[in-house]
Amino acid sequence: MAAPRISVIGGGLAGLMATIKIVEAGVAVDLFSIVPVKRSHSVCAQGGINGAVNVKGENDSPEIHFVDTVRGGDFLAHQPPAKGMCYAAPGLIYLLDRMGVMFNRTAEGYLDFRRFGGTLYNRTAFAGATTGQQMLYALDEQVRRHEADGWVDKHEGWEFLGLVRDESGRCVGHASLDLRTMKPRAFRADAVLLCTGGPGLLFGRTTNSAINSGAAAGAAYREGAWYANGEFIQVHPTAIPGQDKLRLMSESARGEGGRIWVPRNRGETRDPRQIPEAERFYFLEEKYPRYGNLVPRDVASREIYDVCVNQGLGVEGKMCVYLDLTHIPAETLDRKLGGILEIYEKFAGEDPRRVPMKVFPAVHYSMGGLWVDYAATAEGFLEIGHPKNHMTNVPGLYAVGEVDYQYHGANRLGANSLLSCLYGGMVAGPGAVTWARSRKPLAADLPASLFDAGEGRWSQRFAELARRDGPENPFVLAEELGNWMLENVSVVRFDAKLRETDAKLEELKERWQKASVLDRGAWSNQPLSFVNQLESMLDLARVVVRGALAREESRGSHYKPEHPKRDDARWLRTTIAAYTPDGPQLRYDPVDTSLVPPVERKYD
Amino acid sequence: MARSTIELRIKRQDAPSAPPRWEEFSLPYQPGMNVISCLMEIRKRPVTRSGAATTPVAWDCSCLEEVCGACTMLVNGTPRQSCAALVDKLPEGVITLEPLTKFPVVRDLIVDRQPMFDALKKVRAWIPIDGTYDLGPGPRLAESVREVAYEFARCMTCGCCMEACPQYNGRSDFLGPAPIAQVRLFNAHPTGAMNAEERLATLMGRGGLTDCGNAQNCVEVCPKEIPLTEAFGELGRQTLALGLKRLFRR
Repeated sequence: MAAPRISVIGGGLAGLMATIKIVEAGVAVDLFSIVPVKRSHSVCAQGGINGAVNVKGENDSPEIHFVDTVRGGDFLAHQPPAKGMCYAAPGLIYLLDRMGVMFNRTAEGYLDFRRFGGTLYNRTAFAGATTGQQMLYALDEQVRRHEADGWVDKHEGWEFLGLVRDESGRCVGHASLDLRTMKPRAFRADAVLLCTGGPGLLFGRTTNSAINSGAAAGAAYREGAWYANGEFIQVHPTAIPGQDKLRLMSESARGEGGRIWVPRNRGETRDPRQIPEAERFYFLEEKYPRYGNLVPRDVASREIYDVCVNQGLGVEGKMCVYLDLTHIPAETLDRKLGGILEIYEKFAGEDPRRVPMKVFPAVHYSMGGLWVDYAATAEGFLEIGHPKNHMTNVPGLYAVGEVDYQYHGANRLGANSLLSCLYGGMVAGPGAVTWARSRKPLAADLPASLFDAGEGRWSQRFAELARRDGPENPFVLAEELGNWMLENVSVVRFDAKLRETDAKLEELKERWQKASVLDRGAWSNQPLSFVNQLESMLDLARVVVRGALAREESRGSHYKPEHPKRDDARWLRTTIAAYTPDGPQLRYDPVDTSLVPPVERKYD
Repeated sequence: MARSTIELRIKRQDAPSAPPRWEEFSLPYQPGMNVISCLMEIRKRPVTRSGAATTPVAWDCSCLEEVCGACTMLVNGTPRQSCAALVDKLPEGVITLEPLTKFPVVRDLIVDRQPMFDALKKVRAWIPIDGTYDLGPGPRLAESVREVAYEFARCMTCGCCMEACPQYNGRSDFLGPAPIAQVRLFNAHPTGAMNAEERLATLMGRGGLTDCGNAQNCVEVCPKEIPLTEAFGELGRQTLALGLKRLFRR
């Protein structure tokens, strides 16, 4: 008798953690990734991972972490999953430590913890300022071990295209593209886990990796998976500019004592080191005496916008503020923040140990994502092993990591994303195993015609795309998309601008029909795969814009000057978008706030 | 004198078996460009210097901040990440881009570095944990030990050291600097040390430590300045100790 097999698509933290959990339960995994999994975007996470281990004598606890998390998310997160995550956090950090992550240590050799945004506790474990990289490597190593033992079959250099569903609508496999031969192929799977990360590329240049197109989520959405809270996009307050991407300067810089300021005088031309203390405006510390530089990211980004745009106090008249580390000993900086200092030195050309860094807000993370279900216990935790956990509305299709919408509500706290990726993988894996084991017949025993049809559909589409030679360049279209989204759908959102952007997206979709594939080659044809991705990206962008337009309030990262207040009576609701060829159809579901009653969010 | 244009000479190859060829490109200069943003400009307007239409250049990239290792190529003959190759820091004149030479070319600047990942399997570069179930905290570790180990933990498997190593090529047995240095990392961890001998045994066999010719090119090109040669020294001591132990055990 055949044994069940599960496909995990995406090899970042979420995908690798899910893979390990599935293998430990005795089910083999086909692991797909467009890049070697060790090169996934999780490497870009810098500052750390939250868990209330309470090593600093502060009486921190998972319950406080939980309350900080739902408050940080402006009460839009379902509370049982968030609670489950925060209570599991200390154990997950211990697990990573056992896997060999080189977390920084205290003098006594215990794990060290530091401050992060949206909390008053030292709750963030870290490995220098390359925590995501170190965690990804540890999981990569564990998966390699399972691969060596024959439990994991890696398909690196494959791109997810779409689902294969049986007559009842269940997901029984997927079609993926071999990025070398450019041939689509259908794979059988008793459960499919999408762990494909966020949609940063919708905003052009962001802190995201070049691979974060959101196309896989967009493709699933186009095939009937719901997309939830798409309008909630996190703008990180501190990044540095670049022609190809905006490079993150971790929140941990402020966790270690870094201070944000601008000169008090408009048009200041002096070197920042020459500006006396009294002429520096530490605007976050002044306005938020309790949290200071460590207010949550949505708050910090809005304040920077206000200081630079409305008050005209940006450094050199630009959208730019100083992030100052120069008062901290260089030895401490090297040991705790080495990774980001290196990036700043390399890409900005100055030594942040000596000169204040020049930073500005950049699109960073999507709280929204594919809608996923959960099963709660009576105590308000998740029921581990329940097949509903992380399952989308398409039976058998799961979403885990930044690609899902769970845990963070309207704004994610710093250092909670590494945690949600791991926790998501930890609960989705066993849930998917339960689901896969209950399949009768297994995908392996389904008729070949089902998979032939799935493969044929995509082969036909790629043959059609490969012939395209219209006047539009797909990379230029993507750039236009990014510019419009960044300009109109980031920190501050005006209804009129959102409407214009929505119309622009329709125009781009029409022009997409006339996009040239640029390359007739049948081997490693990157533009061909990009033309295909771009259609999903344009559809997903509309989910973000329409969601933002419809939501007549301000909550978390979603800020509308025309509707500046949070409105729980009308909008304490999850946005759920379903695909139609004419654009997203929106509906609103209640949020589970059964554990912590919503209150006004204050950090001053 | 600052550049007004950026001139690029790029080695191209349509497929693994296709013959390589050179193409030249000329782009308007913008401040703050790196090699990746040049390649991004080319794909928005894939036209050579002489005005002939061509295909966008194929290359690998992901993080764009030198932590993923994907975009490694030869920039003016030196193996490095093209994201960190800032145009303003490169010498005046034509910028030459070629694929790494020690790995098979897939297309244009893309190479197949699978042998490096396979080598990580050979040296058993992992901590053999019992399982992901809750076993409480991990072993305590002195910060000083952690700091040294962390240096090795930052290896991106980018391939610069492999490219620069005169002993490593697609035909030799030599594991190469990066996978060998990972043994140093895992043997330093209190749990990893329990299996140190297995890893050292691999290094004592064919393609192991003794194949290192001590040219020291690897440390010169490592973008993360990982002390690779120090690792070989330390592993040399560890293998010697293991060899002696085995001798006396007989």
